[in-house]
Amino acid sequence: MTTEKTKMQPEIMETNPTENQQKAVRSQGRLKDFLARPEVVTVGLIILAFIAGSIMSPYFLDAAFLFNYTSLYIEVGIMAIAMTFIIISGNIDLSVASILALVAAVVGVSYFDMGIPMALTILIALVTGALLGAFNGFMIVRTKLPALAVTLATLALYRGVAQVLLGDDSRPRLAWSRDIIFPEWFTGINRIYVPGTPIPIPFVIFLVLAIILGIVLHRTTFGRWVYATGTNEIATRYSGIRTERLKVMLFTLSGLMAGIAGLIMVSRLSTARYDHARGWELDVITAVVLGGTSIFGGRGTMFGTVAAYLLLIILRTGMGVANVKAESQLAVIGSLLIIAILVSNLTGRLRK
Amino acid sequence: MASASDVLHRQQSSTTSLRLSRFREIGIIVFLILVIGITLIFKPDFLRPINIRSILLWVPLVIIVATGEMMVIITRGIDVSVGSILAFSGIVVGMVFRDNPDFNIYLGVLLGILLGAILGIINGALIAWAKIPPIITTLGTLSVYRGLVFIVSGGRQIDPNHVPVDLIRWSQRGPFGLQWLPWVVLIALGVAVLAALFLKYTQRGRNIYAIGSNPDAARLRGIPVETTTFLVYLLTGAAAGLAGILYASRFGFVNPGETGVGFELTVIAAVVIGGTNVFGGSGSVLGVVLGSLLLGTISVALSVLGVASTWQLAVYGFVILLAVSVDALIQRELRRATTGE
Repeated sequence: MTTEKTKMQPEIMETNPTENQQKAVRSQGRLKDFLARPEVVTVGLIILAFIAGSIMSPYFLDAAFLFNYTSLYIEVGIMAIAMTFIIISGNIDLSVASILALVAAVVGVSYFDMGIPMALTILIALVTGALLGAFNGFMIVRTKLPALAVTLATLALYRGVAQVLLGDDSRPRLAWSRDIIFPEWFTGINRIYVPGTPIPIPFVIFLVLAIILGIVLHRTTFGRWVYATGTNEIATRYSGIRTERLKVMLFTLSGLMAGIAGLIMVSRLSTARYDHARGWELDVITAVVLGGTSIFGGRGTMFGTVAAYLLLIILRTGMGVANVKAESQLAVIGSLLIIAILVSNLTGRLRK
Repeated sequence: MASASDVLHRQQSSTTSLRLSRFREIGIIVFLILVIGITLIFKPDFLRPINIRSILLWVPLVIIVATGEMMVIITRGIDVSVGSILAFSGIVVGMVFRDNPDFNIYLGVLLGILLGAILGIINGALIAWAKIPPIITTLGTLSVYRGLVFIVSGGRQIDPNHVPVDLIRWSQRGPFGLQWLPWVVLIALGVAVLAALFLKYTQRGRNIYAIGSNPDAARLRGIPVETTTFLVYLLTGAAAGLAGILYASRFGFVNPGETGVGFELTVIAAVVIGGTNVFGGSGSVLGVVLGSLLLGTISVALSVLGVASTWQLAVYGFVILLAVSVDALIQRELRRATTGE
């Protein structure tokens, strides 16, 4: 009752003033609403980063250079697409980078140690990714444990199994002769471009996936269920939506996307190692949260994630050009994650 | 209006949970005996003094940090930045020792604890007052602190000859020159005992359980939820800071890219194996000590059995998953038993 009253009060106040004042209040409200949209902040930051980057280095504005940089980081973008669903639904998946590593290990072992043809190996890799994600979802639903606890355990477990499969070696093994490699058609996906443009194929894959899954998120019933689950899971379940099945599906999707990312990474680096993408769950979650998705679930957009991912690329490129060391880059990404939520918390309070 | 049956009901449920929590600690001991037994079948000389010593030396770092982490998890939080805090304290104090060979060891320890506490304060403030979820905050500071380690040290390792000999001796000898009970073990036990007393007999300690069991009710009872949450991260940071010095004592070096990497997983494993509820509200220091002992024994047993160290991460992951799942099942049974569903 009391909360309703406090909500009502401002409306009553707004109806009293003269028409002019009313208009002013409204437009101010609209401006505030617009500025409070988290994606706007992200886009603003992109523009800022662009200006800063081009001042720092003349190579920065070279489109081919920037596009090539997307390839070095494309796995984060692909995993962030699925993570957007997961976080909007009020969950989190800390195991994505480990799924990537385990899928990479499976690709290496399947092709080299078991002699399975590459085409079939790709299929096995995708199924493995989906199954690992499904296992996460299944454990969460069955044990009723928080997604955080389960995926923290599988973060260790999946990468651990990858390490058991490959040891500290890679596939192809370091000791092998140089002729034993992945088939040529599979490797170097980042060196293939859309004919006549500087756009590499991995970036196209990312965009296509983002558009398809963006439509699923924003234009389908399934997408509405994801938001509903993140807003109030119990109410959603009582309104007849099978939230548990939904969760398993979302984590399966997350695993599948990590699997795709794993295949791209092996193709890109022509090698499979257990420590591929170690710690990248940080970048993935940062991309999603920076894009304005609420870490508490129920709010967020695919556009925001894509914009934030582009911002991360520009930042990484900028820091790369400025010779910032890898560990310091990590520190910047970490602070960005915290600042992003700080800002969104503050704007959230402003809105109230 | 608390009716008599209500009180009775509550008593019943508290005895059930008591029995279950004891069952948990007995469960760890049974599991410990099982691990030792199986290892003895393959390596009859597993319980040689040298292996026992390895286990005893493996445990202290984990016990110290896990006691703090347990308090964090009791408040429904999590701190994954402990490995980076450990490295930061270790590297800074190591540099102080390197540049001032005559620096007092005890002052160094104090400095380490202080540095850890400061990083913990940052975590705590962001979580308690800025209301950033614990996993996000500490995932961020995990990287930020690790970045600081590299920036402060310039990427250079603290070499064994720069760690004071007296400090290294803490890991080699105990009181009266006892070889089998090094000082670091006693320090860890001291921390554990202090933590247990704090949690059991002080009001602040009880508040930690209260805000984990029901944050809303705790607030209504006038418990300072923010201050208590803040305190818990501060203490964990201080514990990780102490562990950073003991790391230097135990291993004789501190490496910016190696020290404490992945340590948070070991610590969280010890905490959840020790029966700390991931939903918050319950956990015991004794459980955490036993959990650390179990993990240490498994780790040494694996290496004695000749299982490659590459298995370690997978085993941890599996053990964490097993522990939290078993816990979830126990919780469900408990709920069924108390609510009569």
